[in-house]
Amino acid sequence: MIIRLRNLFAVVMLSSVFSLLSAGLFVTLDAVDVAFTEAAVGAGITTVLFLGALALTGRLEKPVHGRQYIPLVIMIGLTIMLIYGTMDMPAFGDANAPAHQYVMPEYITGTEAQIGIPNVVSAILASYRGFDTLGETGVIFTAGVGVILLLRVGMPSRKRRKSDDPE
Amino acid sequence: MVMEYNFILAHYNYWAVMLLMAVGFYVVVSRGNLIKKIVGLNMFQVSVFMLYISIGKVTDGTAPILTGKTEVFSNPLPHVLILTAIVVGVATTAIGLALAVRIHESYGTIEEDEILVIDRTLEQQDARAQ
Repeated sequence: MIIRLRNLFAVVMLSSVFSLLSAGLFVTLDAVDVAFTEAAVGAGITTVLFLGALALTGRLEKPVHGRQYIPLVIMIGLTIMLIYGTMDMPAFGDANAPAHQYVMPEYITGTEAQIGIPNVVSAILASYRGFDTLGETGVIFTAGVGVILLLRVGMPSRKRRKSDDPE
Repeated sequence: MVMEYNFILAHYNYWAVMLLMAVGFYVVVSRGNLIKKIVGLNMFQVSVFMLYISIGKVTDGTAPILTGKTEVFSNPLPHVLILTAIVVGVATTAIGLALAVRIHESYGTIEEDEILVIDRTLEQQDARAQ
C-alpha cells in the first residue's frame, strides 16, 4: 500500500499506523521503553514533521511510468542474500545466545546495587552508557541547527532577495 | 536442504525483518518523490529496530524492570541502543524533510527526474552563454 499509493497524505498516515503497530510489537517483545518512544516519536513527531513538509511541498506524487524491474530484481536478490545470512543466527528467544552473555548480566545485577533504580534500561541509558546518550544529544542539536539553517527560520531575507532579483 | 519446522519457527522473525527491510529499500530506490523516499527510509529504519529488539528477546522473559523477585529478563542492551537510534532517526528525518522543502523552494518540484531535467537545461544554458 505504502509503495503504490500516490496520495502522499495517505502514505504518511499509513506509515504512522505502521509505527504504532511496530510499537505494539515492541511491547510483546518486552521492550516497553522502546515501545513508548516509538509510539511518541515515530508515530507522533515524525508524522507531524511529514505533514509540515507536505504542507510546504504538495501532496500528490507523480505517477510512475511502467514497472521498474531492475530495483525489484535487486531487492529480491538482496532479500535472498540477507535471509541466507540469518541461517547461522541464534534461535529466536534463545537464552544462551551470544548477545545475552557478555555485559548484560553485569548490568542487570549491578543496576540495583550501583544505580539503585528498578528500570535497567534507564540505568544503562543514563549511567552505564551515558556518553552514548550525550552523543545522541549532540546529534539532535546538530540536526536542529541544520534544519534552522536550511529553512532560514527567522531570517527575513528570503522574500526580499526574491523581489530584489532582477529576473 | 530440508528445513525443519523448528528451524523455521526459530528464524522467521529475522526473515520478516529482512522482507520489511527490502520493501523499505525498494521504496527508496524506485520512487522519485523525495518525501516518499524518506518514508521508505523510515520503514527501513523500523525494520532494523525490529531486528535488534527481536535479538534481545528471551523466551519467557519479562521487561527488564527489577521487581525484587528473581525473574528472567529480556536483554536491555538492544533496547537502549534502539532508544538512541529512534531519536537519531527522527533527527535525520527532520534534516531530510528540510532539504526536501528547500529543494521545493528552489526548483518548484520534489520529483527527482524533473529536478534532473531542470539541472540539465540550466547546464546547457550556461554552456551556451560561454
